[in-house]
Amino acid sequence: MPVFYETEVTSRLMLGTAQYPSPAILAQAFRRSGAGVATVSLRREAGGERAGQAFWDMIRELGVHVLPNTAGCHSVREAVTTAQMARELFDTNWIKLEVIGNADTLQPDPFGLVEAARILTDEGFAVFPYCTEDLVLCERLIEAGCRVLMPWGAPIGTGLGLNNIYGLRSLRAHFPDLPLVIDAGLGLPSQAAQAMELGYDAVLLNTAVARAGDPAAMAEGFARALEAGRLGFEADPMEPRDMAAPSTPVFGKAVL
Amino acid sequence: MTEAVTIRGAGVVGLCVATELAARGVAVTLSDPAPGPGAHGCSWWAGGMLAPFCEGFSAEEPVVRLGQEAADWWAAQGVAVIRRGSLVVTLQRDRRELDLFARRTKGHRPVTGAELAALEPHLAERHDRALFFETEAHIDPRAALLHLRRRLEEAGARFEQTGAAPDGPVIDCRGLAARDSLPELRGVKGEMVVLRSADMRLSRPVRLLHPRFPLYIVPRGDGVFMLGATQIESGERGRASARSVMELLSAAYALHPAFGEAEVLEIGADARPAFPDNLPRLTRKGRVIHVNGLFRHGFLLSPALARMTAAMVTGETATPELAHEDHG
Repeated sequence: MPVFYETEVTSRLMLGTAQYPSPAILAQAFRRSGAGVATVSLRREAGGERAGQAFWDMIRELGVHVLPNTAGCHSVREAVTTAQMARELFDTNWIKLEVIGNADTLQPDPFGLVEAARILTDEGFAVFPYCTEDLVLCERLIEAGCRVLMPWGAPIGTGLGLNNIYGLRSLRAHFPDLPLVIDAGLGLPSQAAQAMELGYDAVLLNTAVARAGDPAAMAEGFARALEAGRLGFEADPMEPRDMAAPSTPVFGKAVL
Repeated sequence: MTEAVTIRGAGVVGLCVATELAARGVAVTLSDPAPGPGAHGCSWWAGGMLAPFCEGFSAEEPVVRLGQEAADWWAAQGVAVIRRGSLVVTLQRDRRELDLFARRTKGHRPVTGAELAALEPHLAERHDRALFFETEAHIDPRAALLHLRRRLEEAGARFEQTGAAPDGPVIDCRGLAARDSLPELRGVKGEMVVLRSADMRLSRPVRLLHPRFPLYIVPRGDGVFMLGATQIESGERGRASARSVMELLSAAYALHPAFGEAEVLEIGADARPAFPDNLPRLTRKGRVIHVNGLFRHGFLLSPALARMTAAMVTGETATPELAHEDHG
């Protein structure tokens, strides 16, 4: 199982905790899928006197690793402040770093991301950056101290799957030993299986599960797809070829 | 004859329970620190949509089923129930959201072009396709609360502001304030805006489906519209954030630009009481029955909950639906 900053997690599935019909259904999704990490957004929930406490307690009770995120932050300063608040609230130095660069596509601001990653690493955070599949950006994030990369499959909440297979494959090839997580854009279990077949270590998703008609069933579907895709990757698949090659010999067959 | 009952909390749940009990000849005392319905209670900030089928998109089956008795109940109390249905629309680029909504809800039919224009001419200027939930209704929630209170007073119900511990049976309808005895209860913050527009006409609630900023608009008459509502996992009350208000207003503006010229009458926020499954519960603890967790369905579900509570109090039903075993 993947190891993030010296901590081994129990599943290749990481789930967000927003948009579920109810916290009870959220908990079912975790139980049925065995997801090992829960991301929690702080920004919108924050209020005076720790007003989101009741919900956060429910997340803690799931008994999985909590990965607070800086969702909705559009600047380095916002993201850093949110991360500091998260560390206090959840008693973890893990932070999923989001610095949004465009309000419509919600794509990461690569420049702000590197800057925030550097600041947070210096402050002792274990940074999980939500990034694009751009190789140079990923190199800069590693230089800034990131030991995990979380490139998008497609923009957040779109369910479009892996938009740039080539880029994702080359990222895997360039960083063979670094944990790589597909974060955002997945809509179907088959897309998660595909991420596994590319050799990715885990996937993080929210909308695909939370907005499914039956979130718990969809979460389990993703968990199984991850298992199938990972087995396929580990089994060293054949290479596709143009020439048909029969799996049973054709010579010597009677011609009727 | 059932002995006199004290109802703690005179929000929508407390008033409905009192109404049902009074109708069965039970003497009721409503105990609430506030002098009457107002901004201190979260029912004051409600939308007042009686839309069980639309709610079925995200709510579970009991909400859809029990919510269907709401419109008749409110009408029977003499509240003005507007039965013109509700409409659901999307912006052009989110059209598939409408298909999804249609697939997961019942009680609707598609309306387009001329029919939509006949229903809501102003909406049809910007939208050519909608789902029409013809049997749904809406009320003015504040008028409804004041009306129930007045009728109870006329019927001889007692209202008290001091919380002297009663000897007899108690129905606890305090909403989020009952968290002291219902630890699973949590607050889900909602923010709303009230606008007045001379240019815009709507005769029924309209929902705008949007991947990020869903919105409903409930017409209150006289050009007044209620825009709601955010849903944030926070027990914070009374502080609407600029971001939330901006999102509600942007969505309304996208629905129809005429809202851009509207006057802002009110901005409000409160926290809805909810249990982990977002379904209401009847919890018996000794002589106290808690009726709580109505979440975003206060006006939709209070009638059914009040009926069940009254049946419990008068001994007609020992364990009604939604009765919750208390293991605490």
